[in-house]
Amino acid sequence: MTIALPTRHDEEWHYAPVEVLAGLKALPEAQHILVAAGETHPVYKCVSTGSASKVDIQRYQIDIAADARCEAFFLLTGGGYKRLDIDVTLAEGAHFELGAVGIGRAEEVTEIVTRLRHVAPGATSNQVMRGVAMDTATITMIGRIDVARQAQQTDAALGVKGLLLDRTATINARPELEIYADDVKCAHGCAIGQLDEMALFYAQQRGLPMATARNLLMQAFVAEAYGAIGDAKWREHMTGYAEAALRGTF
Amino acid sequence: MLQINNLHATVADKPILKGLSLSINAGEIHAIMGPNGAGKSTLGYVLSGRPGYEVTGGSVTFSPLPLAGGAGGGPETGTSLSGPPLTPPAGGRGMDLLELDPHERAAAGLFLGFQYPVEIPGVSNVQFLREALNAQRKARGEAPLSGGDFLKLARAQADAMGMDMEMLKRPVNVGFSGGEKKRNEMVQMGILDPKLAVLDETDSGLDIDALRVVGEGINRIMRRPDKAVLLITHYQRLLDYVQPDFVHVLADGRITRSGGPELALELEREGYRELAA
Ligand SMILES: Nc1ncnc2c1ncn2[C@@H]1O[C@H](COP(=O)(O)OP(=O)(O)OP(=O)(O)O)[C@@H](O)[C@H]1O
Ligand SMILES: [Mg+2]
Repeated sequence: MTIALPTRHDEEWHYAPVEVLAGLKALPEAQHILVAAGETHPVYKCVSTGSASKVDIQRYQIDIAADARCEAFFLLTGGGYKRLDIDVTLAEGAHFELGAVGIGRAEEVTEIVTRLRHVAPGATSNQVMRGVAMDTATITMIGRIDVARQAQQTDAALGVKGLLLDRTATINARPELEIYADDVKCAHGCAIGQLDEMALFYAQQRGLPMATARNLLMQAFVAEAYGAIGDAKWREHMTGYAEAALRGTF
Repeated sequence: MLQINNLHATVADKPILKGLSLSINAGEIHAIMGPNGAGKSTLGYVLSGRPGYEVTGGSVTFSPLPLAGGAGGGPETGTSLSGPPLTPPAGGRGMDLLELDPHERAAAGLFLGFQYPVEIPGVSNVQFLREALNAQRKARGEAPLSGGDFLKLARAQADAMGMDMEMLKRPVNVGFSGGEKKRNEMVQMGILDPKLAVLDETDSGLDIDALRVVGEGINRIMRRPDKAVLLITHYQRLLDYVQPDFVHVLADGRITRSGGPELALELEREGYRELAA
């Protein structure tokens, strides 16, 4: 399958840096994941590009068969331009669970873009995206959900939150819903903010130095993306990696 | 223990404290009463160093007594290692509280019971308090408490305050009722074992039984020769359990009247307006 090269006119590429798009010779092949009927497929992945000039685009195409589940958890951190691009098609009664964290500092650009295709009745999805941007980093989170006419009783939740730690950082967060069925639940929330000053002061009053208090709140913020990891060991791994990324020691 | 001298402070450029003076000795319990908006909470925030509360005049000196083997703080309090940076020299003049960062004030022994305790989603009480206690101990040059020892201490303090240990595992104050939050403040105070506690309306929102439990808790944790309490309250009820040595009226940013426990009864009868006249 050949794919036309994206431009900034494509909604899903709207925030990508011009120089990255100009330098693209081809989009990397998408990794195909087929989850067979009734099965559960976990994905745990940390994307960390080492150098500031590197471009790392990870594409997934996931097909979830009837009554199957895909539970995918990602961490994007470090380096130059990173993009996680997930295209999911859900069959009847299927479930897709996503927890994705982007942590950016310096001039890093991080993009988390998902497209969910609810094409059959009774499928459910839950996506949690968390972005933490420092310095002049840019984080973009776009969750697109298409619900087809026949996909009644779809239940799709999308929660996108961004934490701006410096005024010079940028976070773009956008849910995009296209719903053609009438009996559906699509809860989506989108919030960008700073650390809660009152919580910071409370923690300091109890004895935590400012830096420790900030870390504690940031950790709690990103941990929300990994709350749905059923396997306690993996949950610890992923939160541990995210904490290291927050400290800049990933 | 605490010397407040002619303290002036502004919030958003608005003068709130206007020459407040107050002196508290170790072993004493002081109650502050006063009309809404008088500046009582502001005093607590200024003492604990909340950003945005700007001191424009006066001084605050804090001179906690050296460690005397307090109530909680772990099985081995007082195992000081190398020169604790935040303990004032014995018999010295104490420290300039306003020079310290909020966490340094906490480590020096200052605890603020918040009028509106803050929710921290995603951080359990246990994790929060263990990190806080060990940060304080580190600042004082004391060894950290192990996970096991901390849990023992936390369980004991939660039990004493009638709080279910399960609640301590939940995120800090998230979904707690008003009364549960106040109870949680007291559990935290028991665990952190401060020298000086400023308790801002800890009695508001408590049911009748909880009021007794909290009152007894304040006595148990804080009524000691080396400790002191500044109790901000609107009601005599709490003072039935925690007998103050002194009662002050804070109105329009300063202490306008001071007396013994009888002053609280008089206030309850007459109100602030009569008194000001
Ligand atoms: N951010 C702010 N900007 C402007 N004014 C403020 C701000 N915060 C507090 N104030 C004002 O400072 C004054 C003192 O408030 P404070 O909370 O100290 O009163 P209080 O004595 O504790 O009252 P209460 O009994 O109702 O708790 C009030 O008039 C309040 O409106
Ligand atoms: Mg108040």
